[in-house]
Amino acid sequence: MWGLEHIWWVPILPMIGAIANGLFGFLWPRCVTNLFAIGSTGLSFLIAVIAFFNLLSLPEGSRLYESVLYTWIQSGAFTAEAGIQVDPLSGTWLLIVTGIGFLIHVYSTGYMSHEEAYPRFFTYLNLFMFSMLLLVLGNNFLVMFIGWEGVGLCSYLLIGYYYETKSAPDAGKKAFVMNRIGDFAFLLAIMWIFKDTGSIDYTTVFGMAHDTWAVGGMAITMITLLLFIGATGKSAQLPLYTWLPDAMEGPTPVSALIHAATMVTAGVYMVARSATLFNMAPTTMMTVAAIGALTAIFAATMGMYQYDIKRVLAYSTVSQLGYMFLALGVGAYVAAAFHVMTHAFFKACLFLGSGSVIHGMSGEQDMRQMGGLKKLMPLTHGTFLIATIAIAGIPPLAGFFSKDEILLSAFLGPETAHKVFWGMATVAALITAFYMFRLYFMTFPGELRAEDHHVRDHVHESPPSMTGPLVVLAGLALVGGLLGLPQGLLGEHAHVLHNFLSEVPGMTLGHGEHAAHPSVALEVGLMTLSVAAGVIGILIAWYFYGAHPEKAEALSKKGGVISFVHYVLNRKYFVDEIYEVVFVMPLLWLWKTVLWKIVDVKIIDGFVNAVAAFFAGLGAGARTMQTGSTRNYALVMVTGGLLLAVIWVFSIGG
Amino acid sequence: MNSIPLLSLVTFIPLVGMFVIFLIDRENRGLIRGVAFGTALVDFLVSLPLIFKFEPTHEMQFVEKIDWIPQFGVSYHMGVDGISMLLVVLTTLTCVICMASTWEAIEKHVKEFMILSLLLETGMIGVFCALDFFLFYVLWEVMLIPMYFIIGVWGGAARIYAAVKFFIYTMFGSVLMLVAIIWMYYHQHEVTGVWTTDILAYHGLAISPSAQMILFLAFFLAFAIKVPVFPFHTWLPDAHVQAPTAGSVILAGILLKMGTYGFLRFSLPMFPDATLASVEWIMVLSVVGILYGAWVATVQSDIKKLVAYSSVSHLGFVMMGMFALTVPAVEGAIMQMLGHGVSTGALFLAVGVLYERRHTREISEYGGITKVMPIFATVFMIVTLSSIGLPGTNGFVGEFLILAGSFGEYPIFTVIATSGVIWGAIYMLWMFQRVMFQKITKKENENLKDMNLREMAYFAPFIALIFIMGVFPTPFLKMMEPTVVNLIKQVKGEAAVAEYLPAQREVPQAVADGTVVVNDIHNSRL
Repeated sequence: MWGLEHIWWVPILPMIGAIANGLFGFLWPRCVTNLFAIGSTGLSFLIAVIAFFNLLSLPEGSRLYESVLYTWIQSGAFTAEAGIQVDPLSGTWLLIVTGIGFLIHVYSTGYMSHEEAYPRFFTYLNLFMFSMLLLVLGNNFLVMFIGWEGVGLCSYLLIGYYYETKSAPDAGKKAFVMNRIGDFAFLLAIMWIFKDTGSIDYTTVFGMAHDTWAVGGMAITMITLLLFIGATGKSAQLPLYTWLPDAMEGPTPVSALIHAATMVTAGVYMVARSATLFNMAPTTMMTVAAIGALTAIFAATMGMYQYDIKRVLAYSTVSQLGYMFLALGVGAYVAAAFHVMTHAFFKACLFLGSGSVIHGMSGEQDMRQMGGLKKLMPLTHGTFLIATIAIAGIPPLAGFFSKDEILLSAFLGPETAHKVFWGMATVAALITAFYMFRLYFMTFPGELRAEDHHVRDHVHESPPSMTGPLVVLAGLALVGGLLGLPQGLLGEHAHVLHNFLSEVPGMTLGHGEHAAHPSVALEVGLMTLSVAAGVIGILIAWYFYGAHPEKAEALSKKGGVISFVHYVLNRKYFVDEIYEVVFVMPLLWLWKTVLWKIVDVKIIDGFVNAVAAFFAGLGAGARTMQTGSTRNYALVMVTGGLLLAVIWVFSIGG
Repeated sequence: MNSIPLLSLVTFIPLVGMFVIFLIDRENRGLIRGVAFGTALVDFLVSLPLIFKFEPTHEMQFVEKIDWIPQFGVSYHMGVDGISMLLVVLTTLTCVICMASTWEAIEKHVKEFMILSLLLETGMIGVFCALDFFLFYVLWEVMLIPMYFIIGVWGGAARIYAAVKFFIYTMFGSVLMLVAIIWMYYHQHEVTGVWTTDILAYHGLAISPSAQMILFLAFFLAFAIKVPVFPFHTWLPDAHVQAPTAGSVILAGILLKMGTYGFLRFSLPMFPDATLASVEWIMVLSVVGILYGAWVATVQSDIKKLVAYSSVSHLGFVMMGMFALTVPAVEGAIMQMLGHGVSTGALFLAVGVLYERRHTREISEYGGITKVMPIFATVFMIVTLSSIGLPGTNGFVGEFLILAGSFGEYPIFTVIATSGVIWGAIYMLWMFQRVMFQKITKKENENLKDMNLREMAYFAPFIALIFIMGVFPTPFLKMMEPTVVNLIKQVKGEAAVAEYLPAQREVPQAVADGTVVVNDIHNSRL
């Protein structure tokens, strides 16, 4: 059990890397920075793998390893330990985070090579690894919360990495504040859990859940809803999703690691971790599913007409996270975790691929300037195509299996609403295939459209440090789906991930998993439909952006309804503008004009000044206030005050 | 009883330094600064045994008691418990840092400044140690006067207005408190037949609920102004803006704790009935303070005003925790007092670093400073995050314990207060962005020098404390726990406390509801 016993090193190593590079990074050469940054995450990944196999070697049903370092906070009845637990659920995330994290660290050495503030970047990135691992590994809600806020901080710092612009710090601040709205709810949920159970330990809380709360009762519904609001902030769900597209201001490896593969799945992890609680709150489950389905289709439509290559991927991420929440909401926790995994593979590959494109295009992100990169960047093109097919849901690539499992689980839900969610998710699948292939056709085939000669002449394939991770991720996107083959068609044992995760408390109690056994015909029928949706989406994209690009151009400029829709989608339904007008402006007005200028300055200070003027008149009648006379004035004040006091005392006493 | 009168030493070493400075020629500024800094440093070192020799009980420790004016029952009585001990050490540390920070900031009347600063230090430490009303009140006033002059003489352009406002507010409160103390002095004699000004003798003194209420209100005003509780806060932004850096640090770090300390030492244990009867409206004021402070802070254009209003918000949390009267909440309040001293003290130091270079506090005069001052940017960011209450920093522990400890009894207030985590992030990060990020637009900012060694050195203890208190808060909590438990016992009665102790964890359902039992027992005690 060497790996499990040394599990603390998994988060601590990146922390050491962060401290080393943070304090001395500016002193030593880049190779030493690399050594600390990549060495620490690499070692951390190795230990995680060993620990994972240790976990597998434990007998099924007892795969839980806990380790407490010390008591973090102990006050009265409240105790929070600095403790870690490894079980199949955290183990799965552990591998995703350290594995993808390591690949992206390697990639970053290439991508960030032209940056001046190289050590700063890796300091933040390592700090992120530490926080994310703490989030995943914690054995209680408060340790998860440290990681939760920690990743939020790193996200803020990394989005704002190019701090000299206006947009990057703006985006960072927006991300942090929106996350904090979620954190506010998360904190309340933790406090409520503590109030009712006297504990914040996962094991204790989940063990007591059924004795403490009535299924469907007010308390458990509120607690889970608050937890879910927390998750919507971190995982960019409606209505708190608007920070994620803006987060693309950060360097592309950051978008891949934090804003696609790991941090944004923290909400999914949190809900899955609290599955025991969510299973007791049907109202919350319905809400989760509804928000998930809505986000999936809403974000997908916003991705349809973006021109910034990273923004398309950002909306795609929001949409895919919607799928995961739909899965959670129908109790298909395993399907959610499965999709987190496959999504991490193909979306990290897509982001890193787009980074490779941006790198090759000297920083250009507008797809209207791209095209023809197929010949110029063959490796990037190949891996990108694989990931695009995977996200479009074409079998047998990874995205197909996880997405299909979610669609099936939604369809099998007991309520009519579930069928509606299934319908929305299927349409979203079509749109996904469309915008992803639109992106592909605009970027890779055809001729290079860049006008700038400097850009045109410098297009080049990226160095091996960047293409290497792309190849690995594309490979995973190709075969990752094999971990979760459909049980209905191939038998119980086909779904490796399912069997592995099923021992985690609450994981398989949802109605999506075992309650209904679909007939083979239904399962095949649904599968055909979802594949058809993907294929139709691809064909539309091919028609307008592959075969006849001039038609798309003409259509968007034609005027009337189509142009209007195009405009609204391109401008993201004006949600940011609406938030600005509805929340930001009125609040700032209230705070500045009413509270400060009127309440503080006019009312309270007006009163104080009047009192002061009264005493000043009594005391010296001095209108000119210079240092000397102020002392006298003060003296008069003291004497007068004391005199009044004495008079009052004697009048009471008498 | 200790053989060495440690508390007297800690309290009066600054006075010794002050007399030495009296003898130094006013032109010899280097020596004056050196003596002042040396005195503060020695005082800090002398105060350290307070931590290491402290026994975790609720009894007063390091007690010194000598008759002073026996015919009036006045004695020189000093002692610290788990609450005041920590505040004393915070004070001595803050004073060392302040002395180091004023090295170049104060050029005018250096001698007088140092004399007043040391007098102020004696006053502050004395207030935390005094266990006699007479001694307490004398020191309380001793503390106000130097602060008044520090603002009025070394302050900014509108220093006179600010100083007078500070004085009016605090004198108003002090006078009411004095009246209340005198009334209680007579009452004590009536009940027990003894003339005494011993503070501990007043803990548990039987006072009728209606009289308690009047006394409570008198003390409340005195302390609420100091905290400051909304709507008695308007002296604070002016005082902070005008005060020199060291003045602001002491004001935020220590003087604001006088009010909250006063509640813990006087109001709660002496007027338990009035306390319990007042909890609801104090909660209202606290929550209003939390939101109002944060909201008004957001729209300030002056960095110091912004930080001043943020103090109103942070101290709102402290008030809430103290009056929620559960072990985690009160301990959280004390942690927040210490934490606020560290992080807001450090914030004012950071503003001071900027001010010394640019002589302006206007946010719009800055922008892009990270580019020229990267070390400062890191320090400022850490301090900002601690103020926001990021887990792993001191700010989080206090805030979380206050909220978690209050949630069971006052869920609605707690929910509103918890939204502070959003508002805090908004005003701090917005300010940070406007000062530190984006492109440098002002020519004057292009060649600013990064922090020098002296500046890094005086930030170091605060930065270290930010992380130590955030990562290892339990030792701090353990030191204050017996005192806090005893305090809650004094207010709510014996039975109430048992509910909040870990021993009861086997029956966790009982944790939440203690109030009903509490009041019954308390009433029967009277």
